[in-house]
Amino acid sequence: MMVKELTIISGKGGCGKTTIASSFAALAKDHVIADADVDAADMHILLQPEIRKSEVFHGLNIAQKNDDLCINCGKCYENCRYGAFDPDNTLHPEKCEGCAVCELVCPVDAIKMVERQAGEAFISDTRFGPLVHAKLHAGEEASGKLVALVRQRAREVAEKEGKELILIDGPPGTGCTVIAAMTGVNLVLVVFEPTLSGIHDAKRIIEVAKHFQIPAIALINKYDINTENTRDILDYCKGEGIDVVGKIPYDDTATQAMLSEKTVVEYTDGPLALTIREIWDRVEKAL
Amino acid sequence: MKITVASGKGGTGKTTIAVNLALSVKNSMLIDCDVEGPNSHLFFREPMVKIKDVSIPAPKFDLDTCTLCGKCAEFCQYNAISIIGEKLLFFEELCHGCGGCKIICPVDAITEVDHNVGLIEKGGTEDLPVYHGLLNISEPFGVPIINELKQFADASKITIFDSPPGTACPAVETMRDVDFCILVTEPTPFGLHDLTLTVDVIRQIGTPFGVVVNRDGIGDDRVDQYCEKEGIPLLAKIPNDMEVAKLYSRGVPMVTGLPKYRKLFEEMFQKIREMV
Ligand code: SF4
Ligand code: SF4
Ligand code: SF4
Ligand code: SF4
Repeated sequence: MMVKELTIISGKGGCGKTTIASSFAALAKDHVIADADVDAADMHILLQPEIRKSEVFHGLNIAQKNDDLCINCGKCYENCRYGAFDPDNTLHPEKCEGCAVCELVCPVDAIKMVERQAGEAFISDTRFGPLVHAKLHAGEEASGKLVALVRQRAREVAEKEGKELILIDGPPGTGCTVIAAMTGVNLVLVVFEPTLSGIHDAKRIIEVAKHFQIPAIALINKYDINTENTRDILDYCKGEGIDVVGKIPYDDTATQAMLSEKTVVEYTDGPLALTIREIWDRVEKAL
Repeated sequence: MKITVASGKGGTGKTTIAVNLALSVKNSMLIDCDVEGPNSHLFFREPMVKIKDVSIPAPKFDLDTCTLCGKCAEFCQYNAISIIGEKLLFFEELCHGCGGCKIICPVDAITEVDHNVGLIEKGGTEDLPVYHGLLNISEPFGVPIINELKQFADASKITIFDSPPGTACPAVETMRDVDFCILVTEPTPFGLHDLTLTVDVIRQIGTPFGVVVNRDGIGDDRVDQYCEKEGIPLLAKIPNDMEVAKLYSRGVPMVTGLPKYRKLFEEMFQKIREMV
């Protein structure tokens, strides 16, 4: 049986993406949850995971210089394109991008590329099933590779435990982490917020989805804060042939639920939860 | 003076603070470093005009000279080159432009060409210039654009940087080498969690910093308590105001639409002044 993957994404943060993704996590059945927002992973706050297994994520190697061997020839400074060396050949490891050029050019082998810990990945248990999540260490390159690792582990868990679906909470932006969270999934759900910024960023995400030929559907969160913008989004999606699976009104309940560290559908049976449930039914059908 | 506005999590109001602060202090400029999703320009009427393409040097292979020795593929740390059978494959989107393959090639089969990754645009006014960068769709790495953007900082002005979200490398780069960093957060569990991560980073870097609580009133006082315990100056609290949210949705800065908020930003700047 093929495991299906759904990525929930918004381009801009703060659109309510995790609120929605966590509610879906509560509603879905037979699924694995993957938090691909490795730079600001928040899902675990609502899901209170119990870590089953953790592993170190190495990322790229980093340059290490042995000053005792260095003859100050200046080759490393001349060839490093990331400004990690001062003109006097002092190395600033925090600026190193791991390209290994300095190791290549150093005539006396004074530089070695060494492994570094760039982050950690976890497989955990939650009340809604397994969660795969990760934490990128501060200052590390926003890593598509760590996202890829999270997705790979999620697939392994899904296959081993016979789960049908992987729910991926995507990172913000359009760069390598987003590309890694979207490539090859069955469906992307783009969360719009009817603000100029929200629209701007969500449209960029749809461009990314189009570029990689990934089917996309959309939903509009807090649609009533600007109904004119909401209409523009609906027109835009129509023009792009993207199904809008729902509109969620602005509702304080979302924040209240977060404050009590619960998902919306657990916290309340009110209108917000009802809307999210209806949307989830439609998303499930679209999958 | 250089001030960076950052937040551990997107959508906390980083851009709101950057834009309104820039509008509330004299002789300022705004540089939006969120090259994957720049939003600051949406709050200014003036159009953004392209001033520069950003490219990185990417290898070009002379396949007649190449002996398929595989040294470049073996060297490349980003797996941008691979030799499959009798073929050399280059994955341009994985290349970081480090130049290593060119150095290692024993037969000089590699030259370098510019690979465009994005652009820099300028807008705003004479009094308040606005710069931003835009990473091309499907390009993975924005750092080269951020590095070029930072060059536009004008030492005679108060330069305000709108940082990319998070605490990964591009965000950290914008928190370094500035005089002050404003960390924007929300009074919620997500807000506090991401704030504590950012505080850890900024303490390592050593840039002086303070916290702004946005949408004050939606949550509780957990951020206040944290700041008090950690001895972190609270620069301002922006109330959760539906009017502000509506203005925001239309791209109207709060200090323009609701002038009563101007004082709040002037005072915020005064506090920063006293600290640097
Ligand atoms: S590995 Fe590359 S980026 Fe790092 S210091 Fe050496 S040349 Fe510079
Ligand atoms: S290339 Fe090697 S020997 Fe030359 S300055 Fe750098 S570390 Fe020293
Ligand atoms: S320039 Fe560097 S990153 Fe690009 S292909 Fe060559 S070795 Fe790889
Ligand atoms: S190192 Fe030069 S010769 Fe060897 S495979 Fe690469 S391009 Fe060809």
